[in-house]
Amino acid sequence: MSSLEQMYQQVIMDHAREGHGRGLADLNLVQVGESHQVNTTCGDEIRLRVGLDGDRIESLTWEGQGCSISQASVSVLHDLVEGEDITEAEAAAEAFRDLMQSRGEELGDERDDLLGDATAFVGVGKYPARIKCAMLGWAAFKDAMIQARKDQS
Amino acid sequence: MLRPNLRDDFPLLARTVRNGKPLVYLDSGATAQKPRAVIDAEREFYELHNGAVARGAHLLAEEATDLFEGARGDVARLVGAAHNEIVWAENATAALNLVAGGIGNASAGIGGEEAARFRIGPGDEICVTETEHHANLVPWQQLAVRTGATLRWIPVDDDGRLILDELDTLVNDRTRVLAFTHVSNLTGVISPVSTLVARAKQVGALTVLDGCQSVPHLPVDVTALDVDFMAFSAHKMLGPTGIGALYGRKELLDALPPAVFGGGAVTVVTMEKTAWHEAPMRFEAGTQPVAQAVGMGAAARYLMDIGMDAVEAHEREIAAILRGGVAELSGMRLLGPVGDEHARDVIAIAAVAVDGVHPHDVGQVLDDAGIAVRVGHHCAQPLHRRFGITGSTRASAHVYTTPDDARAFVDALATVPAFFGVNA
Repeated sequence: MSSLEQMYQQVIMDHAREGHGRGLADLNLVQVGESHQVNTTCGDEIRLRVGLDGDRIESLTWEGQGCSISQASVSVLHDLVEGEDITEAEAAAEAFRDLMQSRGEELGDERDDLLGDATAFVGVGKYPARIKCAMLGWAAFKDAMIQARKDQS
Repeated sequence: MLRPNLRDDFPLLARTVRNGKPLVYLDSGATAQKPRAVIDAEREFYELHNGAVARGAHLLAEEATDLFEGARGDVARLVGAAHNEIVWAENATAALNLVAGGIGNASAGIGGEEAARFRIGPGDEICVTETEHHANLVPWQQLAVRTGATLRWIPVDDDGRLILDELDTLVNDRTRVLAFTHVSNLTGVISPVSTLVARAKQVGALTVLDGCQSVPHLPVDVTALDVDFMAFSAHKMLGPTGIGALYGRKELLDALPPAVFGGGAVTVVTMEKTAWHEAPMRFEAGTQPVAQAVGMGAAARYLMDIGMDAVEAHEREIAAILRGGVAELSGMRLLGPVGDEHARDVIAIAAVAVDGVHPHDVGQVLDDAGIAVRVGHHCAQPLHRRFGITGSTRASAHVYTTPDDARAFVDALATVPAFFGVNA
């Protein structure tokens, strides 16, 4: 498999097309957080909303447009963390950041299990210019979680 | 016809890139590769002549000053200006900000009566175009905010050509500045400079030309174009980064207040006030990027040795292969005028929007084939918005670009829709 094929694995192409979690949900939850992130190199943007129910991420939805890497990445993020415990979701987010910094090597520990489909993004780490694309949704997730924790409405 | 061995002048072009493939460099619109003459000029400056320019009383200082001023002369010759009409700036963006900032300072009362001609305020207008690179839009937009003047712009049609129907309304008695690009960095369309300058002169507006994409590729003569100011950068014309130039009509440069203040630019300084040098020194406060200026001079000489007419003919030939090839591919859209009948109006560039595939993804597939292009909005967000897209993939040429490079781009581009499962 070439580096290019490794980056654009079928699972990534599928997620890019399907866009799980696309469309911001109206949330009637106590703790809701939202974040808008822009990739200034290309102008891609994303608006991501999380809703918490106690220790659980009840909802993660988003809208925006971008390259297949950024779109697939946020789609995978949705599948991975919606309905999960906050602790587990944040551990996955940290593992994903590490994966992006691994220059194309798998993490090789139990954290690969945390990542599920997100391990398919391992090839992105070989292309430093594309790490920002893969991180766009995850950066929005991190920020939205901070906003949600502040929200006690 | 260019020398067949011209590519040998550019050491970097010999390297390989991803997967050991030969480099097909089609990103010269972003930054050009450097000939050995430029690299050597910079290195020799440091190895043999480095000294403080216009300050020391020793031999090295004299040699450094001669090289620095000699380079200014070479750059002036390239664009048909007088030696003292060329101001060094760190890049074209800085050169444009020098003009906008100087006008802003004049409007705030700096520069006294001689600068009064530059003062603008509420009721005055600044006109730009929808094709501008952000560098020739944002400084004017912000000058309007700062002074209370109104910003207007000349719109473009679906081909990216300026719509001149309303020119007399957009550029009117209230217009004080008309700033526009010579060649679009997205479509490669050459602006109708003479029409725009003639209208500006009728109403007494200053003209500011962005020459970033023209000076490297076309014979440009500021006297013939009759513009008041022109900004251009070295690194797009085979020169070093960190240096650019502003051309300004001498009488204007001598009256425009500086935008950056400091030593070297002044004659008499007391604790209360300052008198500035004549141009260009009044704009060159602080230690200048001397080796880079020497490199820019070497780049100007290199281009003049080839002959700008020959460069233009070459860039047109490459643009025709790029644009003709892309226009025939399905599932994508060539930005700018399409068809041989428009070839006279377009140079050196082919930007394309592939249906259903993001420019970053397009660029990645090209990169895998060893082809370097620019992806994204190319600092021209308004023009992309006008075309109904957020970004594009741009191939751009220079003297070392071969017809085979252009064909490699077209061939690789043709594979993109299928790779991403988009039906062409």
